Amino acid sequence: MKTRRVVITGLGVVAPNGITLEEFDQAIQNGKSGISFIEELEQLKFSCQIAGLPDYNNDYLNNYFKQIELKDLNASGLEYGVIAGLDAWRDAGFDTENSEEVNWDYGVIFGTGILGVDKFREAIYKVDEGKVRRLGSTTVPQTMASGISAFLGGKLGCGNIVTTNSSACSTGTEAIMMAYERIKIGNAKAILAGSTSDGSPYVWGGFDAMRILPSKYNDNPKEASRPMSASAKGFVPGSGAGALVVEEYEHAIQRGAKIYAEIIGGHVNSGGQRNGGSMTAPNRKAVVRCIENAIANADINAKEIDAINGHLTATSKDATEIENWCKALNRKGKDFPYINSLKSMTGHCLSASGSIESVATVLQLQKGYIFGNLNCEDLHPEITKMITHDKIPTQTITVQPDIIAKASFGFGDVNACILFKKYRNEK
Amino acid sequence: MKNETMIEQLKTIIKPYVENEEQWNNLNDETDFIKDLDINSANLVDIVLDIEDAFEIEIDNDAMEKMLNVKASIEVIKQKIAEK
Repeated sequence: MKTRRVVITGLGVVAPNGITLEEFDQAIQNGKSGISFIEELEQLKFSCQIAGLPDYNNDYLNNYFKQIELKDLNASGLEYGVIAGLDAWRDAGFDTENSEEVNWDYGVIFGTGILGVDKFREAIYKVDEGKVRRLGSTTVPQTMASGISAFLGGKLGCGNIVTTNSSACSTGTEAIMMAYERIKIGNAKAILAGSTSDGSPYVWGGFDAMRILPSKYNDNPKEASRPMSASAKGFVPGSGAGALVVEEYEHAIQRGAKIYAEIIGGHVNSGGQRNGGSMTAPNRKAVVRCIENAIANADINAKEIDAINGHLTATSKDATEIENWCKALNRKGKDFPYINSLKSMTGHCLSASGSIESVATVLQLQKGYIFGNLNCEDLHPEITKMITHDKIPTQTITVQPDIIAKASFGFGDVNACILFKKYRNEK
Repeated sequence: MKNETMIEQLKTIIKPYVENEEQWNNLNDETDFIKDLDINSANLVDIVLDIEDAFEIEIDNDAMEKMLNVKASIEVIKQKIAEK
């Protein structure tokens, strides 16, 4: 079967530390944290009263939504996803405004964990008060999971697949893989792939109850997210959206699009909640297998990987993740690739994490840098036993990575790994 | 409340989460919830909630972190009852 080369031609991001691609690029190069104290969480008696929330005012939404669409809008995940999605589509040079035609070759795969929880809360109160009539027409499109892909598909006139995937914290990475696979076999020419996650106490509350969020950093939020650190005490909840235009190489060349990077392979699997895997913990065998299969799928040698953008959430599991990478790549010590975690700056953006971090990964390849990790001056001793300090930069370094591996792991024992390669104009 | 009564009550509370029934039958002071009873670590917070309901107490994060075996849990429960 003839397979197609697949490239990235557009990027969009709404992150706690930057709401445009340029801002985000600068933020990650300069190590800017987007974590802050959230008064509402204190009022609600959360243990962890800090979070990563994208920062913009309501006027900004006028660039993306019509007045009528803004009426009764109370779904932050929908806002983030629409901003990131439209930015990426425009960045790829596609029209978002004037086309009246359906394009059968263009699609949307945009994931989320849950959409519009604040809108849903509003609706539940009205229903319980016997005022179901008062829900109006805006409740369903803001609270159905696929509300985000439906909204984007309509704005862009997409006639190919338009769907929302959901696999907890691997959602974003999985969405990109789904787009890649569909284009590779020739069933679509361009897909807007990404994911979003509401910024809301109603999303974060369940994690606070599981006591897996840090509770001792309410006074110094910027130091709270500590991936790979010996003093890591849980992940800081985040929110936002990331979007990538995944496109067939020939199609991109024909329309003269700029190419950020190439997707050379990847893999998605599950550990079946066996061999130590559970609803909340990964089956290590499955993680290693996912990375190994991604490498085999890309038909490269593990030695060719220059850097890893890890899942690394800032829990005791970070050392286990590094061990899994060492095993899958058969590399350790000073032979290990560079590794970083965006979560030190943004917190864990949950279902949005995979796509936001993939945007960061592609920027590193295109611009030639590896961003520094925050808050890991005190590296976990289990980690320094496996890899050398210099592989975990604390300041951004200027290098020219050729291949970067991005992986995400989620509740339900699910894994996704993608290999991105720098694009060099071959003419 | 006597220690034995308290342990019996605790035993009933943790029963639904236990994967290793044999160890549960032989439960003693030193029994570790995760290592001995194979309780999923994510369920520890649910056990704490059930304990809060049963003894009508409130258990803070710091106290909860200590509640990994029977002995430590009984100590925390006693302390929280005394603080009521």
